Amino acid sequence: MAASSEEVLLVLKKVRQRKQDGTLYLMAERIAWSPEGKDRFTVSHLYADIRCQKISPDGKAKIQLQLVLHTGESTTFHFASESTALRDRDAAKDLLQQLLPKFKKKANKELEEKNRMLQEDPVLFQLYKDLVVSQVISAEEFWANRLSMNSVDHSSSKQEVGISAAFLADIRPQTDGCNGLRYNLTSDIIESIFRTYPAVKQKYAENVPHNLTEKDFWTRFFQSHYFHRDRISTGLQDLFSECAKQDEKGLKSMVVQGVKNPLVDLLSLEDKTLDEGYGPAPSTSNTGKSVKENSNSAIIKRFNHHSAMVLAAGLRKQDPFSDQASETSSTDGNSRDSDLFQPPIKKVKLQEAIEYEDLQRGNGQKTVALNLKKSDRYSHGPVPIQNQHYSTSQDIINSVSIIQHEMTSYKPSLTQVMSNSTASSAIVALSPGGVLMQAGTQQAINQMVPSEVQSELKHLYVAAGELLRHFWSCFPVNTPFLEEKVVKMRSNLERFQLTKLCPFQEKVQRQYLSTNLTGHLEEMLQTAYNKFHAWQTRRMLRKT
Amino acid sequence: MKLNIEGLLVYFPYDYIYPEQYSYMLELKRTLDAKGHGVLEMPSGTGKTISLLSLIVAYQRTYPLEVTKLIYCSRTVPEIEKVVEELRKLMEFYAKETGENSHFLALALSSRKNLCVHPEVSSLRFGKEVDGKCHSLTASYIRSQRQSNPSLSVCHFYEEFDAIGRQVPLPAGIYNLDDLKEFGRRKGWCPYYLARYSIIHANIVVYSYHYLLDPKIADLVSKELAKKSVVVFDEAHNIDNVCIDSMSVNITRRIIDRSQANVETLQTTIQKIKETDAAKLKEEYRRLVEGLKEANVARETDIYLSNPVLPDEILQEAIPGSIRTAEHFVGFMKRFLEYLKSRLRIQHVVQESSPQFLKDIFEKVCIDRKPLRFCAERLRMLLRTLEIADITDFSGITLISNFATLVSTYSKGFTIIIEPFEDKTPTIANPVLHFSCMDPSIAIKPVFERFQSVIITSGTLSPLDIYPRILDFRPVTTASFTMTLARTCLCPLIVGRGNDQVAISSKFETREDFAVIRNYGNLLLELSAIVPDGIVAFFTSYVYMENIVASWYEQGILENIQRNKLIFIETPDAAETSMALEKYQEACENGRGAILLSVARGKVSEGIDFVHHYGRAVIMFGVPYVYTQSRILKARLEYLRDQFQIRENDFLTFDAMRHAAQCVGRAIRGKTDYGLMIFADKRYARADKRGKLPRWIQEHISDGSLNLTIDETIQLSKHFLRQMAQPFRREDQLGLSLLTLDQLQSEEMLQKIAQIAHQA
Repeated sequence: MAASSEEVLLVLKKVRQRKQDGTLYLMAERIAWSPEGKDRFTVSHLYADIRCQKISPDGKAKIQLQLVLHTGESTTFHFASESTALRDRDAAKDLLQQLLPKFKKKANKELEEKNRMLQEDPVLFQLYKDLVVSQVISAEEFWANRLSMNSVDHSSSKQEVGISAAFLADIRPQTDGCNGLRYNLTSDIIESIFRTYPAVKQKYAENVPHNLTEKDFWTRFFQSHYFHRDRISTGLQDLFSECAKQDEKGLKSMVVQGVKNPLVDLLSLEDKTLDEGYGPAPSTSNTGKSVKENSNSAIIKRFNHHSAMVLAAGLRKQDPFSDQASETSSTDGNSRDSDLFQPPIKKVKLQEAIEYEDLQRGNGQKTVALNLKKSDRYSHGPVPIQNQHYSTSQDIINSVSIIQHEMTSYKPSLTQVMSNSTASSAIVALSPGGVLMQAGTQQAINQMVPSEVQSELKHLYVAAGELLRHFWSCFPVNTPFLEEKVVKMRSNLERFQLTKLCPFQEKVQRQYLSTNLTGHLEEMLQTAYNKFHAWQTRRMLRKT
Repeated sequence: MKLNIEGLLVYFPYDYIYPEQYSYMLELKRTLDAKGHGVLEMPSGTGKTISLLSLIVAYQRTYPLEVTKLIYCSRTVPEIEKVVEELRKLMEFYAKETGENSHFLALALSSRKNLCVHPEVSSLRFGKEVDGKCHSLTASYIRSQRQSNPSLSVCHFYEEFDAIGRQVPLPAGIYNLDDLKEFGRRKGWCPYYLARYSIIHANIVVYSYHYLLDPKIADLVSKELAKKSVVVFDEAHNIDNVCIDSMSVNITRRIIDRSQANVETLQTTIQKIKETDAAKLKEEYRRLVEGLKEANVARETDIYLSNPVLPDEILQEAIPGSIRTAEHFVGFMKRFLEYLKSRLRIQHVVQESSPQFLKDIFEKVCIDRKPLRFCAERLRMLLRTLEIADITDFSGITLISNFATLVSTYSKGFTIIIEPFEDKTPTIANPVLHFSCMDPSIAIKPVFERFQSVIITSGTLSPLDIYPRILDFRPVTTASFTMTLARTCLCPLIVGRGNDQVAISSKFETREDFAVIRNYGNLLLELSAIVPDGIVAFFTSYVYMENIVASWYEQGILENIQRNKLIFIETPDAAETSMALEKYQEACENGRGAILLSVARGKVSEGIDFVHHYGRAVIMFGVPYVYTQSRILKARLEYLRDQFQIRENDFLTFDAMRHAAQCVGRAIRGKTDYGLMIFADKRYARADKRGKLPRWIQEHISDGSLNLTIDETIQLSKHFLRQMAQPFRREDQLGLSLLTLDQLQSEEMLQKIAQIAHQA
């Protein structure tokens, strides 16, 4: 079991598990624990299987670390070394903290990917049901060479997960009983904060760890007015007052930048504003605003800003380039002297606004953009590698003119034609069911059997094809792994024949005695068996 | 398709037509035939504009002598541009069908800010600055000065236009604002003056209300438009307010101070001129004695100071002797200002009519009515004589002189209210003199009298009979059209109670009630969980929204909402709100979903559409009554009662309901769109409120959805949204709410169509 090639990242001694002393190993892909004095691991978890880790609160007598698996099971390690327990635990925690997210994403992504493939492809789903659910082959085998096949073209277009707008609200403070508040921060939340408020991230980079510990940093964050959205007065000593100012500035610059869509630009909505002093009574002056009203409008401002930032954070990750491009063009478009940039978007928006889709006839099918990996292959088509004789356009023109010429000078030689009756009998003979057509095809299958049998047969073909593909892909058998696989595949094939094909055969025979629908399938399987047999006898010979 | 509307061949640039469009065109044709005015209400998003344009253009082509021009007035710049684009579509269709290039000239006109191509001037941000700068480059005396002093800078675009542009008429075609600019740049002509010049001979003019309704502008821009024009006021549900605003004046202490400074400047300038060029003043005086009217040519660029009084009210008499000399006039204005200042020095609120004011001014400072009437005209002449370049500085004194002219011209329909302080801050003295117009018919009367047909149309004009009353005209057609629907794509629900059975209402007594605020919050929260993409919520006022947002924040409701959608909130700052709006649309666009909290009567509710996924639900929190404690409003209500026999409550409810309908109507555009309309106030259930909603909304309110709890609302909404999410194909609509030409011609359908229009 001990795969010696694994890289061991951390070894911690005196870690108890189930009241047994032992050593904890953190390796590149898994975490493992072996009891003292033995050289095998009794506990071993892949990081991908771990959902989260939990640690015992500071100040507790037992210093523990708990791993919760996706399956719901959990394993608890107790750090028992007297002097270094806390440090050990923290070391383990920190390392896990770094490692887990990586694997977590991978696991989820794989699962999602599989799920997506099954959902999108009904044939594959049926195959999955036929082979995996009925336990002909295992799920791993099934996916083994599928995922790699598909992962290439989807990895590029995967979508970044946005940020929940309520992430700050999710940090629910809990009272710890003695006049204090406790905030639970997860790495997700921290990432959200950083992504939404780059200013905080900057502060973090500046101050942690040289000025403050991580814990202190977040404590201050929660204490600061910055976190409390109705802040009005930001004390100077506050670490985050600068962030608040930066936010304010960002908001201002966004406002100054203006909007790209002229239809929502409230400033230019009105054609001719009334001059000052005309019109209805001016709105009440702002001088008499109470503190409460001020704080209210501060809340409103904060909400707008927060939402904009969350939105921007979602977009930023997605495509930095296009975002940048649009930003620059937006500034161009809004400086009024260069309104050369403006018309296109304006035109588009105006057209959109006056369009009545249902009044127009067939306004074109919505097309899907072609996603080509190799555009040259698309434009040239599959071309045989050997040199080909191309006909030049002159050749074509020549031949056309020759044909034309022949057509004009065509004279049917009426003496050499067949008689009516011979011609019609020839046609009859060549038509389906005629004498000459007897041997080639029996009646087409779709005229003979009901559709559900057809579809079942189709499934069988697909499943058999899949299994056979696995089988044949083992040849030439040159590694022990392939050897193992080929043996397994043969048994798989046999199982398939037994559990799937035979019942179908019986069913068909019960209903349609005459036809042999599965003959070809059996033939294919037989060929595979023969091949396997030949291979095995040869191997036996070589061995003896 | 080509339609036959009672014998008129109408080209309609689509392959299908909504039945109500056909019906609308029928009514419109009858109005034009009768050469009368019309009030037409048609649901938003049923292609009102294209129907209007198709019919009127067809009418113009068939009877070129009956209707020579279409004047299409809309409210906002994007609306204007949209109309021109639709017109372009129509004209392209004409060209395609008839194969000939039409000789139609259609153009949009907007303020200098949107049309200027002068590199320096157009870079200014505010309309007022652009106007002022333009004036300083193009005013007639500046240009004549330049002939002697070539170093003065002028606008080359205007010079070019003046030299060549007038001889060659604008070639036929459709000119949107950008097209005009492009054309101007190419030719080197000023697009603004080109457009203003061209509207005289254009077949179709699209511009904003102000060019017809604000007498200060109308006199200059729209004076020479032909009588045989059809005038269309689109989105006209607020037309009475536009009329009133253009005639109202507010005078604060700041304005008086500025005017006094203006008068000082005038005085020193006069003094200077007297020393250097006394002949000029003498010449002016001589002209005034002779009662010469100024040459019209010179006025074109001197837009800034025009008469606030309506064209036909402008006197044909000479300016009275007491203000003929420059010094006398300045002295006169000084006296007038002193009087106003003394009036502002008060401790209690004063309300009086124009005659009372005139009587008082005569008694106190011996100012007669007659010279007051000429104030605006006289000031304009003086500023011209003195050759003052930057006229923006003189806005104070201009305002005062306009006020003087207005107050002495109209004895009825106006009221003067002097308030020593704001109601909210009784300790801070901030006296304001409101001279406010009570009667919208004053401003619009010349339009009705002058033009052959005036069409007032909007998605929300209910109740239809009130507009003819308050605007004082007699329409030949008043009709409201319903929306034929293959599926009920709008779902108006009236939420009257919370789940705790507490009635919810924005009524003054209960609006601060904790339970009401919480229930409003719960409603929004629960909707945010079930409605896809965008939700727009309207509050009755900005202050109310601020309070509610604050208490939702404290109660943690907003946090919970944030779990479902992003939140954006309208602020008093237009630039900030624009940004929020754009982000809101972005969030709807990328699938995240968002909520926009906004204010009825605010900029958003008036000018922005929330079509398709930008607004799957609109919530109206409360009934958007206007602030009833305002004295101006009270005076207006009184006036309406005395003059038009409209009861105060009727008008207030009408006003509130038209705004509510405006807000919720923003979410529907076309029959492929769908949206929830949630009226969150118990009072909507009452017949007097409900009955004032437009018919096309009213008819979908069932008795079962009158007083719902939040839970019931959510259930109904879920059901509705699930239904609407089903694919909706053309075949579902065809024959019911969407017609081909063949279907349109069937007898049965024509009968059905006849029922769509409801005469009021």
